[in-house]
Amino acid sequence: MDEEYDVIVLGTGLTECILSGLLSVDGKKVLHMDRNDYYGGESASLNLSQLFRKFRNGAEAPEALGRDRDYNVDLIPKFAMASGEFVNILYHTDVTRYLEFRQVGGSFVYRDGRIAKVPATTAEAISSPLMGMFEKRRLKKFLEFIQGYNANDSATHQGVDLSKTTMAEIYYKFGLEKGTQDFVGHALALHLDDAYLSQPAQDTYDRICLYMNSVARYGKSPYLYPMYGLGELPQGFARLSAIYGGTYMLQKKIDKIEYDADGRVAGVTSDGQTARAKVVIGDASYFPDKSTKAATVVRAICLLTHPVPNTGDADSCQIVLPQNQIRRKHDIYVAVVSAAHAVCAKDHWVAIVSTIVETSTPERELEPALALLGPIQEKFVQIADVMAPTSDGVKDGVFVSTGYDATSHFETVCTDVKRIYQACTGQPLKLEGKVKKQQEDQ
Amino acid sequence: MASSSSAGAPNAKPIQVKLVLLGEAAVGKSSLVLRFVNNEFQENKEPTIGAAFLTQRCKLEDKIIKFEIWDTAGQERFHSLAPMYYRNAQAAIVAYDVTKAASLEKAMNWVEELKRQANRDMVIALVGNKLDLVSASHGGDEAVRKVPVAQARAYADEHGLLFFEASAKTGDNVLEVFTDIAGKIPLDHLLAHPHRGAGGRGGAGGAGAGAGNRVDLLRDGAPRADNASCAC
Repeated sequence: MDEEYDVIVLGTGLTECILSGLLSVDGKKVLHMDRNDYYGGESASLNLSQLFRKFRNGAEAPEALGRDRDYNVDLIPKFAMASGEFVNILYHTDVTRYLEFRQVGGSFVYRDGRIAKVPATTAEAISSPLMGMFEKRRLKKFLEFIQGYNANDSATHQGVDLSKTTMAEIYYKFGLEKGTQDFVGHALALHLDDAYLSQPAQDTYDRICLYMNSVARYGKSPYLYPMYGLGELPQGFARLSAIYGGTYMLQKKIDKIEYDADGRVAGVTSDGQTARAKVVIGDASYFPDKSTKAATVVRAICLLTHPVPNTGDADSCQIVLPQNQIRRKHDIYVAVVSAAHAVCAKDHWVAIVSTIVETSTPERELEPALALLGPIQEKFVQIADVMAPTSDGVKDGVFVSTGYDATSHFETVCTDVKRIYQACTGQPLKLEGKVKKQQEDQ
Repeated sequence: MASSSSAGAPNAKPIQVKLVLLGEAAVGKSSLVLRFVNNEFQENKEPTIGAAFLTQRCKLEDKIIKFEIWDTAGQERFHSLAPMYYRNAQAAIVAYDVTKAASLEKAMNWVEELKRQANRDMVIALVGNKLDLVSASHGGDEAVRKVPVAQARAYADEHGLLFFEASAKTGDNVLEVFTDIAGKIPLDHLLAHPHRGAGGRGGAGGAGAGAGNRVDLLRDGAPRADNASCAC
């Protein structure tokens, strides 16, 4: 490894692997290292023995859970929005070839103590048990406005300027109740808190469109999930990088980041050898001095032997508990997957409950969501800091990625990929025509 | 002769088989495949770059098998091959170089790894490549051989592997490797449990899950880029 590279990437989390793949496709000479002997870092999926090693001090997993190798349990729950930027990246890089996706079976929201399907079309709004008769009509009018809105046709604007009008003003205009605002803002627009209410409505409008377009694509929910767990995603992009010449080294202890006299990065020393590069990209765990804590998240990984009650026996789903409904400042998310995704043994389900920590007893904050799950066979609780970079990296050539936040999808990961790509190449990321499609003789 | 891209009865639907290549760097994994797929050979080939996987059809009796052949993309060099690589593979070629004793040891490690991690029904072929270097008829010299045939064959027999010595350079035995693999794969089982097309990862070792919620992003294309209007 005593060589000169264009880019050295540290850590094989999803963000790093996507960047490594994109830069290799661009013709950059990439060296990609990880201190672990497996791919994925925090975005890896664990089998049973790895799970028990991490959370139970290496205790034996109970036999009732089934075979070790049937498990691929994510540490950080996320789904892909079917019409989102992540699927766009997968498609344009051809990484879809290595992966198989399933549609997530349902999208639910909590209101007044129970859960119901998130209405994403006017027809669903009319039949939804979430609202009374008059409120349904108001929601229908609101959704028709969203669907009809055309930036280039002021006749569709109904006096609203998305760049100026706040979301609170739009709710007022359509007369939506607080509880309805909760599921529009939190279950459709997927805001994590209520700060959006006083912001211009454009962002919320874009988010609602993303949700509705994603539902329209496959029908049951806006989400997709890869077979064998999220850990497959970084591996897929690592393969893309390797195919375009990227060099992969696992289990490499990183001794030192080297800088030149001007303070610009010059390389990375590992096991006594130095690889040289003027650009180094990595996750915050490799750069504790260049990152800071942005939030703390609590996650409970729950193994169940039954589908989550009131979800129509869905093999997978998301449940959003909007903050106001449970008297909190942040939403609680529940992400459910099952044996249908080859992430656990037959007749098992994996539900991950997560939220941003607000108190000194984080696990207790999850109680309203845990109560929705029915009997829990095993529960593994993790409290993790979400790290953020302290600089954009342009000055010293070290580009630190943002940690995996509490959002339920990969859109913020894509935003971070684009940020770092532009910062380190000076060019915005263009996906169109990124990887020439190979002709497959079907 | 059982293989050519034009082979096959017009009505038979090809059975897709994922085949992975394993073995130490520079034993000629990619060369074996290039000989099989394109019937060509490149001297001093650079390490593999730029090929996601190659496909080749192979006719066996009345069935057509479509091999989807995955190359390591160099990820084996520093022991960093991802588990996704051999996930759901129905066949593997574990290659070594008959003139390098250490390459057989490495091959044995890969066989162990496959037995531990991969699909239980996987058909594994142990292939000693560069046979031309030890064959007098091709200007080679038996003296440079470092792996005795008997030793490799005994190991293969003990572990239930197909065994060949072959030469990607001359083409000796290359087709036979793939044809014999095709003959040993439980095709009827694959036919009974078909999986999706290009890039398919289902198949014999799949999760056995219902296909109802499967989506095919390759077929469905990119999401619409513009969010300018939300005409759903």
